[in-house]
Amino acid sequence: MTTNPAPPQAFATPTDPGEVTGGRPPGRGRAVEARAERARNKLSSPWASGLAILIAIAWTVPTLGLFVTSFRPVQDIRANGWWNFFAAPRVTLENYREVLFGSETSLAQYVLNSVVVTIPAVIIPISIALLAAYAFAWIDFKGRNILFVAVFALQIVPIQITMIPLLTQYVRWDLAGSFWAVWLSHSIFALPLAIFLLHNFMKDIPPSLVEAARVDGAGHVQIFFRVLMPLLVPAVAAFAIFQFLWVWNDLLVSLVFGSQQQVAPLTVRLAGLAGDRGETWHLLSSGAFVAMIVPVIVFLSLQRYFVRGLLAGSVKG
Amino acid sequence: MENIRLWVEYFWEQISGFLLDAETPVHKLLLMLVAIVLFVVVMGAILLAVDRPKRVPNWLVTAAFAGPALLALAFGLVYPALRTAYQSFFNRNGQEFVGLDNYVTAFVQPEFQVVLRNTALWVLLVPTLATFFGLVYAVLVDRTRFEKAAKALIFLPMAISLVGASIIWRFVYEFRDAARAQTGLANQILVGLGLEPYQFLVNAPWNNVFLIAVLIWIQAGFAMTILSAAIKAIPDDIVEAARLDGLKGVQMFRYITVPSIRPALVVVLTTIAMTTLKVFDIVRTMTGGNFGTSVVANEFYSQSFVQGNGGMGAALAVILFLIVIPVVIYNVRQLRLSEEIR
Repeated sequence: MTTNPAPPQAFATPTDPGEVTGGRPPGRGRAVEARAERARNKLSSPWASGLAILIAIAWTVPTLGLFVTSFRPVQDIRANGWWNFFAAPRVTLENYREVLFGSETSLAQYVLNSVVVTIPAVIIPISIALLAAYAFAWIDFKGRNILFVAVFALQIVPIQITMIPLLTQYVRWDLAGSFWAVWLSHSIFALPLAIFLLHNFMKDIPPSLVEAARVDGAGHVQIFFRVLMPLLVPAVAAFAIFQFLWVWNDLLVSLVFGSQQQVAPLTVRLAGLAGDRGETWHLLSSGAFVAMIVPVIVFLSLQRYFVRGLLAGSVKG
Repeated sequence: MENIRLWVEYFWEQISGFLLDAETPVHKLLLMLVAIVLFVVVMGAILLAVDRPKRVPNWLVTAAFAGPALLALAFGLVYPALRTAYQSFFNRNGQEFVGLDNYVTAFVQPEFQVVLRNTALWVLLVPTLATFFGLVYAVLVDRTRFEKAAKALIFLPMAISLVGASIIWRFVYEFRDAARAQTGLANQILVGLGLEPYQFLVNAPWNNVFLIAVLIWIQAGFAMTILSAAIKAIPDDIVEAARLDGLKGVQMFRYITVPSIRPALVVVLTTIAMTTLKVFDIVRTMTGGNFGTSVVANEFYSQSFVQGNGGMGAALAVILFLIVIPVVIYNVRQLRLSEEIR
């Protein structure tokens, strides 16, 4: 598709007739130069760089403001805006201490809930989806295509439409308000996209590899673990990051299926804080950053996989 | 006999207590481990059972691989969706059949009309503006020295929760009357310009636009990533030919960049539109749906879980689903078209 970096070109250029006959610089090198020149032109236009800087500022200053606020003493936060910090810097960690361990908020407990909710909700759907994706990619069975299209189509179902009946069912099974309801729901909701993405990655693996293993007498289980899994690590990583961010940052699923204090993750508690105590900015700011720190670290350290997953997910379709 | 029965009951209580009521940190972590191990053991057992190349029939192997996923989807998506569609024809407690009343209410009652209008506003503004900013930024920083860092700045909002983003922006919009020092950046700018401070989140209908800005702020990073990759895939010879023809700056953008990445643009627009329809976190965290800011996704939550009006909630969920469909059809058709061209 369009966003793939189009390898055929890279192979085609060396056989460019112009290059074979010699006499002028290789086509590709020249094109790269042209692009570099274009980039220089672009930067030299003050309007363009001005606009870029403006966008960059608009996208960072709101976060910066809250970040600075989270380290200011309560009196300062109430007295004036965060930009005054730079004139008279006074730093404190008290907000973080209070929001994490203070009896009113005790976010530390919710951090743990977020961890407990997220880890199984990442592992379980990926494992199930890997197996299903394998079946759709490499096992011949009747109705395979129709089933796969059906699974693909389920991606568009808004999860809202499933919630009331699911909740009724959980209540009937006595699971409502436990971690199980949250794990189960997150796992199910992740499946359509996970199966679709992993299926795409699996189809990219050369069939000859699978065939060779089959000729050697390997069954599907062995092919899955010995041949495919090692090659799928980047794909799994890509989806794992997706799912991690999605679950960690989710509000709706947790609000509906696990909003009790025992189970509720950070997002639910923060949304509650924002609703009840909208003026306590020393708690809201530090609380927001407590909730953000984990996904931001994961995101920045694994950004490459994330981008790859993003490209595969939205453009290959 | 009686003794054994008591013992069984006692153990069952202990086990279900352990599984369902985790209160201490250690208990929670232990429960998490148990869940993972349990899952791995069950899946492992299923796979082990079919791991005999010749003796196990093909359909059983297929069932072992695809079965868990299909079962989960049937239980958790297909059945509940149908059930909700059915419920949407019943009254608030699901006892009395009311036909299309819930849908009629959703389209006729003024307060629901506001909800529909807001949803339309979100779906129009978020995809177009997020894509616009993402595209412009991707073009501006493409192949510059700071490309990586510059992109990370726009990209980062994608990593944080919508709740976190809402708190960030509520702080920007914070209002205090003119007599006091402003603490919100937006009002500080207004005051700096000599204007009166403004209640960004309260004054309808413009407060909707200020909520929408938050999602644009988040989604622009997604648009930028996809479009930036598409821009890099434009063949060099096309760009160079256009340059030799004398195309520059805005013209290049208009006649070369945009047409070349059209398929990616469509995907980005439709993907963001679908995301936008389902987002309720922002409205919920910033205004709680008050001051005429509710959208269908938020109204669904309020009706179902706050007001206890199951029938209305179900109808709104179905409406949400129905609005998504045209977007998806458009997306698929465009993809088909672009594949035919190639």
